[in-house]
Amino acid sequence: MSTEYIVGIDLGTTNSLVAFMQGDTPVVIPGDDGSNLVPSVVALDENSQPVIGNSARKFLIETPERAVYSIKRLMGRGVEDIQEELKLFPFRVAEDLQPGEVLRIKLGGKTFTPPEISALILRQLKRNAERYFGAPVMKAVITVPAYFNDAQRQATKDAGRIAGLEVLRLVNEPTAASLAYGLDKKQNGIIAVYDLGGGTFDISILKLHDGIFEVIATNGDTHLGGDDIDNLLITIALDDIRGDLDLDLRRNAEAVQAIRKAVIEAKIALSSQPSVKLDIDLPGGKRYQREISREQFEQLIQPIIDRTVGPCKQALKDANLKPEQIDEVVLVGGSTRIPKVRALVKEMFQREPHVDLNPDEVVALGAAVQANILGGGSEATQNMLLLDVTPLSLGIEVAGGVTDKIILRNSTIPASATQFYTTQIDGQANVAIHVLQGERELAKDCRSLARFDLKGIPPMAAGIPRVEVKFLIDANGILHVSAREQRSGKEADIQVQPSYGLTDDQVESMILDSFDNAEEDFRRRQVIEARNETATILAALEKAKKSPAWAHLTSDERKRIAKMEKALIEVNKEDDYQAIRKAIDALNQCTMRLAELMMDTAVSSALKGKTMDETDLGEGPTAPHPMAKAEFK
Amino acid sequence: MRAAHFCASCGKVQPPQPADYFSFFGLPLKLTLDVTALEKDFYELSRRLHPDLSARASTREQEWSLEQSSLLNDAYRTLRDPIKRTQYLLRLEGVELEEQSKAATEQARATGEVKKQIVPPDLLEEVFELNMQLEELKMNKQVGDDDPSLVGEISKHKVALEAKYEQLLQELQSYWKEWDAAIDRNPAESAVAERTQIIGKMVDVLNRRNYIRNLVRDVNAALEE
Repeated sequence: MSTEYIVGIDLGTTNSLVAFMQGDTPVVIPGDDGSNLVPSVVALDENSQPVIGNSARKFLIETPERAVYSIKRLMGRGVEDIQEELKLFPFRVAEDLQPGEVLRIKLGGKTFTPPEISALILRQLKRNAERYFGAPVMKAVITVPAYFNDAQRQATKDAGRIAGLEVLRLVNEPTAASLAYGLDKKQNGIIAVYDLGGGTFDISILKLHDGIFEVIATNGDTHLGGDDIDNLLITIALDDIRGDLDLDLRRNAEAVQAIRKAVIEAKIALSSQPSVKLDIDLPGGKRYQREISREQFEQLIQPIIDRTVGPCKQALKDANLKPEQIDEVVLVGGSTRIPKVRALVKEMFQREPHVDLNPDEVVALGAAVQANILGGGSEATQNMLLLDVTPLSLGIEVAGGVTDKIILRNSTIPASATQFYTTQIDGQANVAIHVLQGERELAKDCRSLARFDLKGIPPMAAGIPRVEVKFLIDANGILHVSAREQRSGKEADIQVQPSYGLTDDQVESMILDSFDNAEEDFRRRQVIEARNETATILAALEKAKKSPAWAHLTSDERKRIAKMEKALIEVNKEDDYQAIRKAIDALNQCTMRLAELMMDTAVSSALKGKTMDETDLGEGPTAPHPMAKAEFK
Repeated sequence: MRAAHFCASCGKVQPPQPADYFSFFGLPLKLTLDVTALEKDFYELSRRLHPDLSARASTREQEWSLEQSSLLNDAYRTLRDPIKRTQYLLRLEGVELEEQSKAATEQARATGEVKKQIVPPDLLEEVFELNMQLEELKMNKQVGDDDPSLVGEISKHKVALEAKYEQLLQELQSYWKEWDAAIDRNPAESAVAERTQIIGKMVDVLNRRNYIRNLVRDVNAALEE
């Protein structure tokens, strides 16, 4: 009987991670390069094959039109919203975009919607998990910024589906972090989670007691993060270069990416060093050098990090709490490593922030905890429950272009509200409803969520029909609408036009690996990987036979090795990846002494699962990471 | 009696019964409420009704769980706030304060008229004086004059209004006691006249409170300009 694995995924602006609950502890699952973090960078190589993560980064610098980063900034947004983004990021919007169409961006000669690009990242994480477990992974919990609106959440769910994952729950990032923290500390109290990531900022205030994680208030800014600091530094560098070297590189994509890489490294270095020197090779043989002190850096970024103060104050106000009533402040997100940010947090909340947990991993670990709870829980999580809130008020546009709020921000979800509508004209069969999210008075200042047409209202005199419309925000923070004409009892038909999203049909057509073939696809992939391992180990054995250590073996040992080698070659022709793996293990076992002998004779061993000299084998996946031994049933 | 949220024998979530918020929590239709006990009930019910806990159950159970927990959250949010609780009870009794207010506001917007507000009689003098002072403040601002003593006067009125606002909550709570006593004496629907009278008093308090809140908001806006 196979256990069903549910993983927790942090789909971040800069880095993504996948984690799961191993017994009582959540752990991050590494990629095949052994790294826990998968950079949220997607590229298309010359054969239009997707390349994700660390390997995609070199495309950013060498062939930027084939790569994209920080795609999270475009999720659930329309082309009108992203004009600022377009000035600061090298997103290339498709030329043939029609008004009202979902955003598409150009990548390596093709166009993709943001959910499709995020899906490629998710698929990579899915594969990392499947390699680790040696079993298919079909279900996940994915985190989103608490301040994400409905369209942004839908886009994330769509991305999951396109990647072949059933998204059991979207969890807010600060709430997920609090789960990891709470599991660790097991203390009651009021905590504030300050989450400053690559692209988004969230502040959430929670009450923890007896395993219940209750969000009291949340606030944030979905366009505020480390990216903004990077862009500021890039702009300064470009201006410097234009001034000092009379070279305008703003349109030179490769140069901008090289500068970006350098300023990011500098930014990180300044968290532990008092000053750093930028030294960048520019096109045309020129060089840009500049020293930056931590003081100068802090002055530059002050306006950016000051933008986190407003949301923090608002959240405290909504929670009806003063800073001294907060028991603990937890820092999340790579940008919270910046000393100035920590100082700001300390000043605002008048206490030292909690820095024990790894700010890059804590959200993924929390998602794994939630995944565990949804999967039925284990001893560690059996009393845990998350009570989250909706971050933005939900409203309907009424006469005069005004927003009528029907569900207030910071309402615990699931939450609902019911409104009644009627007709203006005799026999009117449809009623149009415009749903908004936001705190402003006027509809035009709020975010348009969707327009609904209630169709099929039975013909009656004007003002007589009484259509009851129920708005329900589910546990993911996503809106559902149902309607009923009360007098006739008829369910009104609702046509949803999501303002920035994909329709169900569109998502269906984008699914990368169809669900039906998922098992088969997984099996085929496992066979390919097993066969690659076989090739590796057989080539290593060939080399070993030529080494002096071979002569030191007894003839019995050599006979056994020959026998296992033959068995592996035979089973490798078949399709049973588990049998192939068993044969590889058997061969490994009987060549252990040979490997030891070879080490002794100072020849590097390839028989213990380490990668062979790559030039001998050409491109191929490396052998499984020594630490992540696949489990088999 | 608490609405039957769970099957007595197997404990699984049941479809939500059309229930009012009070009976959802197994509470009588009374206005005085132990908020701490309510909170405890809320957490206990959350632990059992939350959709997270039925993630592996059938689709039907998941739907019921979603509806039940949104009902639970809506009910808790309404009952734990004294004003929302009162307004809710009034709505159950057929008094649609919010809808009336909204309808009046929409009409005013549609016709371009100023919404009619009835000034509470006990505040007539105060309001009259305050409105004059606000006019004066506006005129001063237009010519660039600054009159700190005027601002001082207005602030004093504001403080008095805010005190009145608090006092009204206490008045409301005294009507709660009357209501609860009436329910205790005669739970049946028949004691209509007595209830109607108490309802009337509560509606009046809420209206006066709203008026003061709007006025204080206007004063704050004027002072900030």
